[in-house]
Amino acid sequence: MSEPAAGPLKTTPLHALHVELGAKMVPFAGYDMPVQYPSGVLAEHLHTREAAGLFDVSHMGQAWLEGPDHGAVAAALEALVPGDIRDLEPGAIRYTLLLNEKGGILDDLMVTRTKKDGVLFLVVNAACKDADFAHIEKHLPDGIRLRRIDDRALIALQGPKAADVFARFAPEAAEQAFMTGMEMNVAGFPCIVSRSGYTGEDGYEVSAAEKDAVALTKKLLGEAEVKPIGLGARDSLRLEAGLCLYGHDIDETTTPVEGALTWTISKRRREEGNFPGAKIILEQIANGAPRKRVGLLPEGKAPAREGTEITDASGRKIGIVTSGGYGPSVGGPIAMGYVEAGFAKVDTGVELMVRGKGRPAKVAAMPFVTKRFHKPGK
Amino acid sequence: MSDIRYTDQHEWVRVDGDIATIGITDYAQEQLGDVVFVELPEIGKELAAGDEAAVVESVKAASEVYSPVSGEVVDVNGEIETTPAGVNEDAMGDGWFVKLRLSDPAELDKLMDEAAYNEFVESLQ
Repeated sequence: MSEPAAGPLKTTPLHALHVELGAKMVPFAGYDMPVQYPSGVLAEHLHTREAAGLFDVSHMGQAWLEGPDHGAVAAALEALVPGDIRDLEPGAIRYTLLLNEKGGILDDLMVTRTKKDGVLFLVVNAACKDADFAHIEKHLPDGIRLRRIDDRALIALQGPKAADVFARFAPEAAEQAFMTGMEMNVAGFPCIVSRSGYTGEDGYEVSAAEKDAVALTKKLLGEAEVKPIGLGARDSLRLEAGLCLYGHDIDETTTPVEGALTWTISKRRREEGNFPGAKIILEQIANGAPRKRVGLLPEGKAPAREGTEITDASGRKIGIVTSGGYGPSVGGPIAMGYVEAGFAKVDTGVELMVRGKGRPAKVAAMPFVTKRFHKPGK
Repeated sequence: MSDIRYTDQHEWVRVDGDIATIGITDYAQEQLGDVVFVELPEIGKELAAGDEAAVVESVKAASEVYSPVSGEVVDVNGEIETTPAGVNEDAMGDGWFVKLRLSDPAELDKLMDEAAYNEFVESLQ
């Protein structure tokens, strides 16, 4: 992950609204962002799981990738990612990974095949966006063009009530399937609406013009079920959902196989083997990787934070925690991290070295909470 | 009037005879946010002033609670172990952490009184 340059913090179009709502603002990926509102991380987390939470994720990078037709633009992107872009249906979204030549992960991203032929919509991580876009542009063949979108906000509405609320402003969105994106008006504002998210809940991510962002956000926040949610709860929600935070759980030194993201590589892509680092990745798929990302459930109540050493019963270091804390919906500590392959099986006993003391934990299946994504026709 | 003393690490200590009750201030609990875990020392442990007496964790991070004074741990607050949110609800009262038998009462003189602490907190904002 490229560290954001030092200097004045950037702000999103919703910055003044966050301050007005009483948010505690902190620097994140070069932006001044709300970490929590007055109700606090715990209440915000639980509210999202019970009703609907609104998140400002405008710091993330958005871009169009354009070419003469879908085949050409998909081929250009497939040269950089292991996901199947070619066979995406119009309107479908793919979670995939930008890889380096060693199979390390430069970033994770969402790719939507828009209904316009030859146009993909990309959403990448805030801290990586400049590096990502430079990397993509450098590798594009003639006739394919990356166009950064720097004048749009990105707002997420997540939670079991998100669909009910959203339908009041965009009836079309009610029947939208999970992991699809389409252009539609929301409260009269033209938006790109993706049914996706980073909480393990049903919900939407809405790309709206900068000038419409405050009005749209106020409309959504005006609904009884919706509360604003800061980055603190966003992190605990995604951890409970078992989702990776780039720069922590995956980075340039981890491959998709080590990161337990092999599922993002389709059969065709494995057979063709024409993505960066394919040799290393395919070898790991065939013979296993030396380490693997797993979920961890401490047996006691002490949270194990990022950087905590994982050992076996004899005290030998076998891995490290990459994300860890308290899961408000789980009601106890949860973590994820990397362990040697021999310790990656669910229910394997390990120890977490918290404040110099080995504390028992078990390798656990993720997500830690049940995902509740919307299935069409439900 | 108040016999409560404060540290610049946002601990408080209230003395009753030779027993000192230690906790974190209201300002500290507010900065931490929702407390979700507390780790307390064993009864009988000897603490010197400035030693780590306990650990308090919010959803966001772990923080140490340092003992403002020296002494032997004679009691710990089991209530906040089972219900850590009690620290947020009443940091200056029922959310106390540890009771020590003071070994050097003169150490109290080095700590801030309420007016000095309030001024200190003001200076942080």
